Amino acid sequence: MVQWTDFERATIKDIFSKIDSAVVGPAALSRCLIVYPWTQRYFGSFGNLYNAEAIKSNPKVAAHGQVVLAGLEKAVKNMDDIKTTYKDLSVLHSEKLHVDPDNFNLLSDCLSIVVASQMGEAFTADVQAAFQKFLAVVVASLRKQYH
Amino acid sequence: MSLTDKDKAAVTTLWNKISKGADAIGADALARMLVVFPQTKTYFSHWPDLKPGSAPVKKHGKKIMEGVAQGVSKIDDLSNGLLDLSELHAFQLRVDPANFKILAQCLQVVIATMFPNDFTPEAHVAFDKFLSNLALALSEKYR
Repeated sequence: MVQWTDFERATIKDIFSKIDSAVVGPAALSRCLIVYPWTQRYFGSFGNLYNAEAIKSNPKVAAHGQVVLAGLEKAVKNMDDIKTTYKDLSVLHSEKLHVDPDNFNLLSDCLSIVVASQMGEAFTADVQAAFQKFLAVVVASLRKQYH
Repeated sequence: MSLTDKDKAAVTTLWNKISKGADAIGADALARMLVVFPQTKTYFSHWPDLKPGSAPVKKHGKKIMEGVAQGVSKIDDLSNGLLDLSELHAFQLRVDPANFKILAQCLQVVIATMFPNDFTPEAHVAFDKFLSNLALALSEKYR
């Protein structure tokens, strides 16, 4: 089981209470599709992803960004057993969506960048460390049911 | 994933905006790397103080950014333009190349905190490509 320090717990809850979830989810997903364009392979049904402007204004990308963030908020509420909380999501990503799990790290990087932009100076080294540990646990849980 | 003319222009534009803060960016990025990725401390066991804000961290952060600046100025031919740094990393420092990616991430996080309006997704993709190519040039002589 993952051990969280008091600082890490408090930091994660603080981040998610401070960030504008309607903004962060869509911003992170659209950034991922722009910075790592091969990730677009999973979104063939989303319509126009031809350039950065199209991606940033695509309503399906925005909607899906919110779905992703809602998933993260579920993990925040269940920090002591993200593995079990994410069991069905892991099966979904593996069996139905066929997402290469290395992509989870790419989206994690974009989430770090977007949260850093929102928090500025407040995104200190210790806060970054806690946030990236949280994302690493999320990624490991999403990978768990792959076989 | 080589740099297009568009990428080079975007990198130069971003660099012009951030270069005045290069010392602070370098110090913060290096300090962050040592905290967020503690395994990187193994390369600095000879320093008396590894804490954020310490003299060795600030001095070395500045040095790293001088290398990045050199990369920006030689963006059309990184392999040849960074030959001296490449040999340094290959034969003396022998930093495992996986760490270049780690430092690149920390650099970009710092830029995002300090210049959120300039570090757009378009600037990010160009800069990320640039840092990857820089890392490739630095590890050119490893084997």
